[in-house]
Amino acid sequence: MTKAILEVINLKQYYPLRGGLFSKTKYVYAVDDVSFSVKAGETLGLVGESGCGKSSLGRSLLKLLEPTSGQIIYNGQDITHFTPKQMVSLRKEMQIIFQDPMESLNSRHTVGSILEEPFEIHKIGTKKERQQKVRNLLIKVGLSASAAERYPHEFSGGQRQRIGIARAIALNPKLIICDEAVSALDVSVQSQIINLLIELQKTMNLALIFIAHDLSVVRHISDNIAVMYLGKVVEMSDTQSLFANPQHPYTRALIAAIPLPDPRLRGKRKLLKGDVPSPMSPPDGCHFASRCYLSTLKCTVSYPDLKMSSANHSVACHLAMEEAST
Amino acid sequence: MNNDCILSVKELETTFTTDDGDIRVLDGISFDITKGKTVGIVGESGCGKSVTAASIMGLLPHPYGKITSGEINYKGTDLVKMLPEELYRTRGNEISMIFQDPMTALNPVHTVGKQLYEVFELHRPDLSTSEQKLAAIEMLKRVGIPAAEERINVYPHELSGGMRQRVMIAIALACEPEILIADEPTTALDVTVQAQILDLMANMQAQSNMAIILITHDMGVVAEVCDEVVVMYAGHVVEKTDVFTLFASPKHPYTQGLLQAIPRIDGIPKSTLGTIPGSVPNLREMPSGCRFRNRCQYQTEQCAKDAPQLASISENHAVSCFLVREEI
Repeated sequence: MTKAILEVINLKQYYPLRGGLFSKTKYVYAVDDVSFSVKAGETLGLVGESGCGKSSLGRSLLKLLEPTSGQIIYNGQDITHFTPKQMVSLRKEMQIIFQDPMESLNSRHTVGSILEEPFEIHKIGTKKERQQKVRNLLIKVGLSASAAERYPHEFSGGQRQRIGIARAIALNPKLIICDEAVSALDVSVQSQIINLLIELQKTMNLALIFIAHDLSVVRHISDNIAVMYLGKVVEMSDTQSLFANPQHPYTRALIAAIPLPDPRLRGKRKLLKGDVPSPMSPPDGCHFASRCYLSTLKCTVSYPDLKMSSANHSVACHLAMEEAST
Repeated sequence: MNNDCILSVKELETTFTTDDGDIRVLDGISFDITKGKTVGIVGESGCGKSVTAASIMGLLPHPYGKITSGEINYKGTDLVKMLPEELYRTRGNEISMIFQDPMTALNPVHTVGKQLYEVFELHRPDLSTSEQKLAAIEMLKRVGIPAAEERINVYPHELSGGMRQRVMIAIALACEPEILIADEPTTALDVTVQAQILDLMANMQAQSNMAIILITHDMGVVAEVCDEVVVMYAGHVVEKTDVFTLFASPKHPYTQGLLQAIPRIDGIPKSTLGTIPGSVPNLREMPSGCRFRNRCQYQTEQCAKDAPQLASISENHAVSCFLVREEI
């Protein structure tokens, strides 16, 4: 078994809300006690509805946010309390791709200078070598080398996302976090980008953390999937087992809600009621109980811990655990 | 054309005036809408889906956007020739529209109730103030908003995305329109909420027998709710048929490409997905002949010379591609 490249233990990311002078400070529990690990060459998918904390998790993994508590272990090294200075050398190995490449690419710089920046920051190569590297990068992500002289606005959304990917892979990272990296793209372009990510993962042995709300995309690209709800992981498993045997009622509802591209399968699905409650004051007991069609008294009183239900499959649900034990 | 046809778009051409000259955004599109049915208009960004909706609604940006030829027949009258005042009455009363982002479509400084009363003030002047309030509460209840009596006094920002979209639907359906145009109504929503909203639209349709024009890029949503589908590419209709035929035997290479690009829930993980190479061409630099040819794997010499016309290949299935006709 290969060693995990990234291990996260009981990570918490709370956002304090300013209270009154005498009132207690309240928190938004964006990420609440999350643990998982990712190996080289593997993809972990993070899914959940908006507000479930998946993006906050991605950002605290890269220490773009200061985690409240817990441990982030990268390559055997505890980086939880690394200073920004210490992080600089690690940034070569951990990268992120954002949803909207128009906002994450500097519109006043040419693509060439955007892609050269990572090499400049880490003082790699001479000017000439760097420019050659940029050209190679552009070709690697399926653009022409002449793209270096143009500006981001001259490209279509899909091409801009390719530039974002080129920047992320510039320094041969070991881990890339893709935060809704294909959500803003049209399907035909989305499939091009997914193919590119899978190919790069194979050739570079990349570990990917793929954050998305589209379950069919996540299923396609991930080896393991963690389903999040209100800051907590409610189910985690290898992809195949998660879709063949979803155990948490929330996972079942998410899978059932995917509109399938086959009109013969329409209708006949269980709809999830209501919206995600506020992460500021999550309900007592199971956070999902208020929307769950199976909830019992026990669910409203105590929060179910994430427990292994079989090898490689864990779930946080009182009922699923009872089912498994009978 | 059948008798239940309520809206018929014929050879519609819409042109936008820009600094670099006129751009024909819609280039002769035609389709019919039937009472009680849902027509899906699909295609990628920039294919003209939303401009089609704006043309029907008379909401093209003035003075840049103009319908330059064609007809939009609604119950025997041509909306294109209608005077602005007449169109004003039709809009909202008989044809209504909902948008992708309810936060930008709703007015943030007015309460939900105020925005519903406005519809009644414009289109149902016979109602008194108290009757308006009752009607507004009734409408919110119909779209599944809990505690409607209290929600009437809240502002849009106090509601979740799904609830806001329900408010939009309540406003759009307040006057029981004959046609609802929904422009990407669920794109900004989570899948679970999307399922709720699609369900709500289907229920409202079943109650009132209205026709729905659903504009979307999501083939999954199309398969879920549409009866007929119009596939658009670069301002043209490239394929038009009922939903079952479209998914069972798509004929246009573009439709086929769109369907192959979707990761399937029963597909092989990490397998290579089908792609359509390149991206939608700029409307100013359209290729000659077939507009799709540069991205098409079956391109022939004829495709560069002539533009294929939309032609029936069987009853209720029309495709605009030279190759398909050769097959037959």
